[in-house]
Amino acid sequence: MSRILRKDVAIIGGGLVGSSAALALRRMGLSVVLLDKGYCGAQASGVNYGGVRRQGRPPEQIPLSQRAHAIWPRLKELIGIDGEFVRSGHLKLARTEAEMASLENYAARVAELGLDLELIGHNQLRERFPWIAGNIVGASLCSGDGHANPRLVSATFALAARLAGAEVLEHTPVSHVEKLAEGFHLSTETGAEIKARFVINSAGAWAGAFAKAFGEPVPLTRIYPSMIVTEPLDVFMTVNIGAEGGGIYARQVERGNCIVGGMRGEPTTDPDYSRPTGTGAVTIMNRAASMFPALRSAYAIRFWSGTEGEMADRNPVIGFSRTTPNLIHAFGFSGAGFQIAPGVGEVLAELVRDGETSTPIDAFSIDRFTRMDQGSPAGSVPEPQTREALK
Amino acid sequence: MSDAIRPLIVGAGPAGIRAAQTLLGAGLRPVVVDEAASGGGQIYRQRLVPDERTPRDLYGSEAGKATALHEAFVRIRDRIDYLPQALVWNVRNKTADVAVDGRTRRLDFSHLILATGATDRVLPFRGWTTPGVFTLGGAQIALKSQGCAIGEQVVFLGSGPLLYLVAWQYMKAGARVAAVLDTAPFSAKLHLLRGLPFQPGVVFRGMRYVAELMARGVPVHFGVEPDRIEGTTQVEGIVWRERGKEHRLACDAVGYGFALRSETQLADLAGCRFVFDERDRAWRPERDLAGRTSVADVYIAGDGAGIAGADAAELAGERAGLALLEDAGRSVDHARIAVLERKLAAIHRFRDILEAAFPFPEALASRVDDDVLLCRCEEISVGEARAAARSQGVHELNRLKALTRIGMGRCQGRMCASAATEILAAAHGKPLESVGRLRAQPPVKPLPLEVMTDGEAA
Repeated sequence: MSRILRKDVAIIGGGLVGSSAALALRRMGLSVVLLDKGYCGAQASGVNYGGVRRQGRPPEQIPLSQRAHAIWPRLKELIGIDGEFVRSGHLKLARTEAEMASLENYAARVAELGLDLELIGHNQLRERFPWIAGNIVGASLCSGDGHANPRLVSATFALAARLAGAEVLEHTPVSHVEKLAEGFHLSTETGAEIKARFVINSAGAWAGAFAKAFGEPVPLTRIYPSMIVTEPLDVFMTVNIGAEGGGIYARQVERGNCIVGGMRGEPTTDPDYSRPTGTGAVTIMNRAASMFPALRSAYAIRFWSGTEGEMADRNPVIGFSRTTPNLIHAFGFSGAGFQIAPGVGEVLAELVRDGETSTPIDAFSIDRFTRMDQGSPAGSVPEPQTREALK
Repeated sequence: MSDAIRPLIVGAGPAGIRAAQTLLGAGLRPVVVDEAASGGGQIYRQRLVPDERTPRDLYGSEAGKATALHEAFVRIRDRIDYLPQALVWNVRNKTADVAVDGRTRRLDFSHLILATGATDRVLPFRGWTTPGVFTLGGAQIALKSQGCAIGEQVVFLGSGPLLYLVAWQYMKAGARVAAVLDTAPFSAKLHLLRGLPFQPGVVFRGMRYVAELMARGVPVHFGVEPDRIEGTTQVEGIVWRERGKEHRLACDAVGYGFALRSETQLADLAGCRFVFDERDRAWRPERDLAGRTSVADVYIAGDGAGIAGADAAELAGERAGLALLEDAGRSVDHARIAVLERKLAAIHRFRDILEAAFPFPEALASRVDDDVLLCRCEEISVGEARAAARSQGVHELNRLKALTRIGMGRCQGRMCASAATEILAAAHGKPLESVGRLRAQPPVKPLPLEVMTDGEAA
């Protein structure tokens, strides 16, 4: 006989979004079941690069990102560990004049949003960051940004939710979700049955199937960001590094290992797992060695990759379903979910409790794609919403 | 015609060399990639610099086999593409990434024979990371390859045939062997008598090692429970328990190990399915008698396919080569195949007896103290693994790695994963296979960041 769990909220996907929502809901006193097909925080939330970065996000994401920004320094109090969070600053490099112009343009666009960006010219950069190769044109520094350890943060949010009273069911893939008059009924592959008033679809790269089942197909694809890790070295890299135009990002952890990303891996025969490609990894290694002279004689000791959901417009889907009352989506963070996820968790909890949130999320509505299909000029939809949201 | 067949053999030990020879015999030109500077593998490793030692000095009773293998390799070297001091650090589909001399190149192959061998299986106990402690294999390499001993007064500790072989080799080389400490009781050795009908030569040889050690006054202790290695910057002594009593012996080096573990990373990267091997207490690539894995055109031979020793490796290398030829539609000598398979089956039956004679010290993992290091690369203690098992409900090795960093360092778990498996399983009182195995990721071994790319298509 299968047991039936009755909860206020069922959360599908125990990544950082789902886990932080579970914790926030518990703190509001709602009952929660958090379901994951494997271990919580073992996919994109746990195997991403670990950048805790507001800089570079599109303006419509900044209010949400700012909300998360306030949570990161409080991790110890929230989940019991600091997650190796360091407010190191995030330095985005321009390798060409055009990239520098782009950084200046971005700084102007977000000037009113509180990121406190500092544009740094070539000479200043040489002086303040002498460990970066000399051919960099300039940079933009967001001193409030930083980095953290995704392996620890994501799994520990789920643990904290459990300790706060959430029912956490790992290795429990959800096979079917049905909306009944009185709420949702979830069936799982392990036989557990769940009845819940609300469902949060935070299933990351696997969220598309659930959205589609409720008549909301989305352009969600998979990407496989891949990283290389060096042996432990004397600490020299004092900020989290990014590059305008992409291609490389790097940080150094307290233990001394440098983590460098910028290329994509490939799925293995089991498409839920991925591996870096040989050529991709060597490309990142070579780029790192030429950008950071201290790495020239260093060794890479391991590579990793992970599976992440990416939306066609690289913005996530966050908010209520347009077809099904009390269904809430939160997925598709497109390689930039780690920093904002704890903020998203709070927003989701507010949506459940209040039916609305104080943080503007209209730009992330799930029906932005269907509206485009109906003939709105591509790309024109998020803009007016954003302006309205930012009022 | 044979252009379409471009076999890659990884490893130039007994299995790899015999596989290469077999393919060559059918007119193929395999690529042989090996990490060492010359052929022979770990077991028949050659000297780095020639010295006055004879093969008999280096390989003892196995000198004939070693010499035959080395000579066979010399004869085929010009007719294969041999890459010594080269590391296959990644395999994906039909391409291998190979690093040689600061450069990396992509090698396309039609068939792959993995002859990747084995390394020592080690378990942590207090003091195991003290300078002066070596694995048995490491101690043997120092002697064979560099002609030096690991210390002036050496204690050898552990379980497995290698324990006595290395101790005997050290004694023969003129080193002072302070003691041999066998974790198995003497009674276990009686199992060897059952092995006499199968492999009389092996059994008598083993008995001779022990007899000669004892005759030269080397104390041999059985039923030893290692307690700790003393000394902080250098080994000063070893303490063990024997029938409830504590013993101490001064020494300046310890060689230890508990049999071997297969090197399986490349098989994993190649996509091979794994099975749990009770005898090896480890997951290993699934294979048939001929060495075919679950992946078409990927074969495995020698200790990398499960521990069976050097003689089996030579036979299995040849058998895998024949399997490749058979699968490629070449005619093969079926009588020869029958002989190989019969000999291999006999060795495998004998392996069960050896395992009974040199049993793994199962209890050691649950007895080791919490503050002893488990993962030396990342400096994670046994206690941290147990705590993760207890308070975070970790039941699986990859999850243990994610939450504690065990196996994340330079060795990628090659040194610590066996011990982590034992400790995680013991913490839950669950069977070893239930905790799974670490998923392999490239690079198989560390790679310089500035590695140059060769022959890249634009």
